Amino acid sequence: MPAASSYAESAQRTFERIEKSKLNAFITLNKQQALQTARDVDDGKVTGRLAGMTVAVKDCITTKGLQTTCASKILTGYVPPFDAEVVARLRHEGAVITGKTNMDEFAMGTSTESSYYGPTRNPWDLTRVPGGSSGGSAAAVAGLESRMALGTDTGGSVRCPAAFCGVVGIKPTYGLVSRYGVVEYANSLEQVGPIARNVPDAALLLDVIAGGDPKDSTSVAEADKVTYTDHLVDDVKGLTIGVPEEFFGEGLDKRVEKAVWDGIMTLNKLGADYRKVSLPHTKYSLSAYYIIAMCEASSNLARFDGLRYGLRTGKDENWHTTFSRIRAEGFGAEVKRRIMLGTYALSEGYYGQYYLKALQVRTLIKNDFERAFKDVDVMAAPTMPAPAFRLGEKTDDPLSMYLADVNTLPVNLAGIPSISVPCGFAGRLPIGMQLMGKFFDEPLLIRTAYTFECNTDFQKLPEGF
Amino acid sequence: MITEKDVEHIGSLACVDLTDQETELFAKQFNSILEYFKELDGVNTENVEPTYHVIGLTNVFREDVADESLPQEAALANTAKKEKGFIKGPRIV
Repeated sequence: MPAASSYAESAQRTFERIEKSKLNAFITLNKQQALQTARDVDDGKVTGRLAGMTVAVKDCITTKGLQTTCASKILTGYVPPFDAEVVARLRHEGAVITGKTNMDEFAMGTSTESSYYGPTRNPWDLTRVPGGSSGGSAAAVAGLESRMALGTDTGGSVRCPAAFCGVVGIKPTYGLVSRYGVVEYANSLEQVGPIARNVPDAALLLDVIAGGDPKDSTSVAEADKVTYTDHLVDDVKGLTIGVPEEFFGEGLDKRVEKAVWDGIMTLNKLGADYRKVSLPHTKYSLSAYYIIAMCEASSNLARFDGLRYGLRTGKDENWHTTFSRIRAEGFGAEVKRRIMLGTYALSEGYYGQYYLKALQVRTLIKNDFERAFKDVDVMAAPTMPAPAFRLGEKTDDPLSMYLADVNTLPVNLAGIPSISVPCGFAGRLPIGMQLMGKFFDEPLLIRTAYTFECNTDFQKLPEGF
Repeated sequence: MITEKDVEHIGSLACVDLTDQETELFAKQFNSILEYFKELDGVNTENVEPTYHVIGLTNVFREDVADESLPQEAALANTAKKEKGFIKGPRIV
């Protein structure tokens, strides 16, 4: 097929591809508006750093005039009257927003199977999950259904699907990107992050979305001083890479272990030094993360009662009866589990045992990173302990699903940035290497990831794409 | 040990009605998940401060300046039950 001669033609082709796709990467398409934006770019009426580029947006990020469901029945039909700050920034830079991508319901999951709209499939193998919770965003990018995408990462939800789908995903430092208009699941852990087919696109998208925002009091102005694309430099000479031994423990797939070590040796050949480091509290990340996330979720999701927006079915009785019925109808099983476990952990008599304890353990995990980063510049580890699993493989056992997040969670607890880059294959399934950095050291992560990408050949397209 | 009765109580606190099957399933799953969380009991956290927020921001204030807000019509556009520009809720008791 010849190259498209205009942004409008290119966008049109993207929608044709999406409409016949088997991936189920999107919940809602933004076709009419997207094609109009593309035409406006062609006519010179719209300009910007993302002018004419197709960008998909995860469905927990609020889009004015475009249905935003969080992949939940309870928000089906909800059309927000405002834009999230990150979406306003996309529009300001001329992005062609293709639509809203599928996800685990309220971003609670590792496989995109808990969506009310059915699972998304992995473009590398349609019988496997794309990872989660931003599975639609990663599958859309890997399957050429958008050039780039926004996801959110609460416990790995950008990096996991990026690894499973063979693309690049960045979890920024907590506070780097505004969360205004992002539907909250666990507010002290989550950040919006870019997903793209290569590091330069991911850096460009980060440049657009990062920055302080008066509408989000947890955002900081750190990014306003930095241009991430300036750090696309093919050079890692003199860097020291830490290899945290706890991330290479029991349960790690041998093929993943080899691919990541090969990646570290590649960086070593390019002039980086490496040494093993220890993050001794890593093994407690899973419990600490899930307790904190569930507690925050139980509070954040209290707002969904069908009163102001969302599902409001049946006859009204008293408020408790009415809301309890609406929430029972509107939430899926995993959301109910997390809200209820959070409610339990915060209930009288259990606060100290669960929530407070988890927050203290979080301090220990954060301290581990701070200590280790005194001796190394970045750390490298497997993003996921194994390649993409099969649809349905873990849905009956929530704990086995949680365990898949073991390598991504510590980063969110510590608040540091991380980038997942493709580093090999297990058969035809992609493997991701996770690079972790110091607070606000995205520039060095981007440089390291870019150097790796320039000197390797893992940026492939799935068969048939 | 979480019983089915406990699960029903938590459901009521969380405002989520549960079917009998859900109550039975959740009781089983909650026990295995909470059992896993017990590993934290073995971590020495004496004199360790909790981390509520990773970058240690304190209160962030802005000037108290009136700004444009959503028109009532837009604010109520997603509301299923409304009357005379107000949201209509179920009765309290």
